[in-house]
Amino acid sequence: MTADVLLEAKNISIHFGGVIAAENVDMQIHKGRNLAIIGPNGAGKTTFLNICTGYLKPDAGKVYFRRRDITEKSPRQITRMGVARAFQIPQLFSEHTVIQNMLIAAAAREKRWLSFARLEEIPERNEMMHLLELVNCAAIAERSVNKLPEGQRKLIDIAVALALKPQLLLMDEPTSGVASSEKFGVMDILTAALNEANVTSVFVEHDMGIVEKYADEVAVWASGAVQFRGPPAEILEHPDVIRDVIGEEV
Amino acid sequence: MPLRFVLPLILLAVIALLPLGVPWAKVVLSLAMAKGLAVLGIVVLLRAGQVSFGHALFFAVAAYAAAFLGKAFAGGELVSMIFFGVSASLAVGLIVGLFVVRYRYIFFGMLNLAFSMILFSVLEKFYHLTGGSDGMQVARPSVLGIMLEREGFEILLFYATLVICIVIAWCVQRYLSSPIGHMMQTIKTNETRLEYLGVSARTTLLVGYLISAGLCGLGGVLMAVAQGIVTPDYAWWIRSGELVFIAILGGAGSVAGAFVGALIYEVVRTYAAAFAADVWQMVLGIFLLAIILYASRGLVGLYTDLMDRLQGRGASADAQPREALK
Repeated sequence: MTADVLLEAKNISIHFGGVIAAENVDMQIHKGRNLAIIGPNGAGKTTFLNICTGYLKPDAGKVYFRRRDITEKSPRQITRMGVARAFQIPQLFSEHTVIQNMLIAAAAREKRWLSFARLEEIPERNEMMHLLELVNCAAIAERSVNKLPEGQRKLIDIAVALALKPQLLLMDEPTSGVASSEKFGVMDILTAALNEANVTSVFVEHDMGIVEKYADEVAVWASGAVQFRGPPAEILEHPDVIRDVIGEEV
Repeated sequence: MPLRFVLPLILLAVIALLPLGVPWAKVVLSLAMAKGLAVLGIVVLLRAGQVSFGHALFFAVAAYAAAFLGKAFAGGELVSMIFFGVSASLAVGLIVGLFVVRYRYIFFGMLNLAFSMILFSVLEKFYHLTGGSDGMQVARPSVLGIMLEREGFEILLFYATLVICIVIAWCVQRYLSSPIGHMMQTIKTNETRLEYLGVSARTTLLVGYLISAGLCGLGGVLMAVAQGIVTPDYAWWIRSGELVFIAILGGAGSVAGAFVGALIYEVVRTYAAAFAADVWQMVLGIFLLAIILYASRGLVGLYTDLMDRLQGRGASADAQPREALK
């Protein structure tokens, strides 16, 4: 059982003033099982991602990645260990093109600090083009990321994270800001890319249709705790979840 | 050959040949190129969106280091002075850099200013060591053991500086287009993402800071040797401001702009000081205003736009962002 645990949070608590974002939360993320975290706004879902990536330190508790304690590590160190992150608002390098964004990530992964080669000529270029093909963005590789619609920016934000070849990818609302007609399309592309890259993903999501279709497991985060956890079909039918979480969202 | 390379090559040829016909030009041009190297240091930091108002610090450290070396060894030797001066500026750059790369924007600029003014005061007040505001003479050094006459030395210094500038400009251009150079640029646009790629923004900035300190130091040594004297003015904040001024005049973020800006600045200064002694700074001030308001990519940006138009392309869609100052 423990062998396939990628990330484990033990007893974490964090408060912001009077707001409890997490109280004695235990959470295990298993290799190869894509987990969706759902819950009302302000429940602490993003805070959980921030703790897992070292952006915030919990008031109490520990976080382990592959059984190594990462609670006190910085986002940079945790990234280096194999946990990548995609953001609710895409975090891209606005003065660079799509492919340059990818290449900077590849150069970071390969630690090309002393390379005197031009960024565009590093050996990972083909690999990055392939990744862009996976997320259906190869045609816009030479465009400036500033001039792209939000849906494509989200995909590129995730592609940049995948460029690091992570073992675990944490995504904060991958389909927010994407037109509802395109959400499933975006998720189809994404899931295919994640499968091909063999990456386990955790995503915070508000759209239950997406959760139902793409998650292997669902965790319901409310009032600073994981209230329910299980397969989507079971959790999304639960009367309490329908009342407290889905009722609000639909 | 593309049209856009014709003018720069003509300009380079004119600079290289001018001293043969106009003997006094070599000193003015040597000074301009030395300053251009220091401006290049500012350009490197501007890539990361950071402006230092105290980079004259490294200019002065290297210049004084070279002066002390010359004093200690009966005039000294040019190549060793350059190495010693640049090493000194790198050492100070590391110490100051470790501290200032923790800060950004106005704090970064002001901390640099503070460090440079500390050095300025030290140079002024420790007059038994540094000669105070009178500064120190820098005797004409030998070159690899050969003692040259003044005329010969000035010619050699001019061409050596020219070669150094070309080589350094190429190296800095390569650095800026290399992966770590691009990471430097992302400090301006998205430091969070850079950290989430597993890269230390501070270390990246520190590398850039060291390069910029070394470039300022190189300019400082060459300036000291060309002028034959170093004074605390080398570290003065007005000197730092001048470097930033020239960087923006030439085209913030552009390697060529550093040298074009320095050249035009020195020529304007030399002539304006002679023909309009009272108002030349005002002329420069108005010029800077015009550049910022109407051509924020500087002289090099104006030139690029002109060439784009001549070749029938509109300004390219992905051109360098215009808000270089932000």
